[in-house]
Amino acid sequence: MTAIIILAVLIGIIVLGVFIIAGMYNGLVRSRNRVKEAWSGIDVQLRRRASLIPNLVETVRGYAEHERETFEEVTKARSQLENANGAADNAVANNMLTGALRHLFAVAEAYPELQAADNFRELQRELSDIEEKIAFARQFFNANVLSYNNRIQTVPNNILAGMFNFVDEEFFETDDEGRAEVKVDFSGAAVGD
Amino acid sequence: MAEAPQERVLIYDRIDANKRITLVIMAGFVLLAAGVFVSIGVIVSYYAGTPESELVGVSIRVGVVAAIIATGIGIMMYFMAPAAVLTIAGAHEVTKEDEPELYRIVENLSIGSGLPMPQVWVVEDGAPNAFATGRSPDQAHVAATRGLLNKLEKRELEAVMAHEMSHIGNLDIRLMTIVAVVVGIVALIADLMLRFTWYGAGARRSNRSKGGGGIGLIILIIAIVFLLISPIIAGIMRMALSRQREYLADSSGALLCRNPAALADALEKIAKDPDPLESANKATAHLYIAEPLQGHESFTNKLFSTHPSVEERVRLLRAM
Repeated sequence: MTAIIILAVLIGIIVLGVFIIAGMYNGLVRSRNRVKEAWSGIDVQLRRRASLIPNLVETVRGYAEHERETFEEVTKARSQLENANGAADNAVANNMLTGALRHLFAVAEAYPELQAADNFRELQRELSDIEEKIAFARQFFNANVLSYNNRIQTVPNNILAGMFNFVDEEFFETDDEGRAEVKVDFSGAAVGD
Repeated sequence: MAEAPQERVLIYDRIDANKRITLVIMAGFVLLAAGVFVSIGVIVSYYAGTPESELVGVSIRVGVVAAIIATGIGIMMYFMAPAAVLTIAGAHEVTKEDEPELYRIVENLSIGSGLPMPQVWVVEDGAPNAFATGRSPDQAHVAATRGLLNKLEKRELEAVMAHEMSHIGNLDIRLMTIVAVVVGIVALIADLMLRFTWYGAGARRSNRSKGGGGIGLIILIIAIVFLLISPIIAGIMRMALSRQREYLADSSGALLCRNPAALADALEKIAKDPDPLESANKATAHLYIAEPLQGHESFTNKLFSTHPSVEERVRLLRAM
């Protein structure tokens, strides 16, 4: 009789344990999926941005033909962004493109007809809108990454995370040094004309 | 140096907390509603001249029928509520072409919060104010008045819309819609039953022979008193809940736009504005970011106020 009770209790504990572990595992999967979903929010904006670049370069070329270096910088940054893999890699490429675009817009200041062109102004508006959206998407993504990383690094989830290969996700970080550099470029362009 | 991402409560956790609070409040409303229906049963069976021995059975049966009817009406009201709110407010839907700045701000905030893009509405009213409504984040609406668009700077407008988006993210829009429907139905039933009692009293006198005695009368009086005070209880519960949700929307809105000071500035501007909001009434007042019906400060006003005082909200925001 007592043997049966002990057996029943043991089975009960095991079943309970399995349920708890399954719940923890599902929590980790949900958390990781949220990171993926948040990433798609950034990705959409990065693609939107990249898709505007050829049009922008063509428009600027129509007015400022001999600024070849600037065009090349932008085009190179764009292709690097398209080939980027993972959040950190994408962030670096995106920061490069941001820098290149700022350079391009600084150069464009020297061409009043370009500044006055509707097409150019529309592209400029659109790009600054995308830049804002990337900032918001980044905020949401990084918050999700932080929550996920905290989760898989803390007891008891870390044990489970190790067993089922849940690894830290990368943050999408803006590069403020890059921004400072562009500011120097901007003043250089202003002096240049 | 790259800025370190800041630990913050994710929208998912807040939704969970909101669901728990919702359950507790809903349990309170269910109890209140049960009391209302039992009272209806008692009153109806008393005036129908039911003998005392059958009073309990008949009361319960009448109460259940009333509950079923009221639930049906409630579900209908729940589905019609967001559209009704927008109509009462006199809002019209706008596209990205109509209001690019407002639309882009809402777009950005929906990206920042991970919420689907809500429908954007404008109320042509000079008083600066805003509200959110809807049944779920998938079917949500945010509205801003013309005064808000004209009188606020971009960062302030962004903060106000972040507060409204937080109402969507925290599922306050659904919670407050349900609560508004329940409060409305309780008020409607109480009103109907009290009229019925008034009218039924005449019929009852001519029927005295079938009658119940002293205990029946006492229960009847309890039921009538309960019906009299039930709308007041429901109202107080709703206002307490609404004020709590405002604080939460302030803090999560400030987190979303990363600018608590802008929200504080916006609230001060809205509170100081002399224009009254023409289209707000008692039924929709709780939806707005700041109390649109400003009356004199009194105890009852505070008890029934849909919003915490602007001074207190600004103080909390400035402390962030």
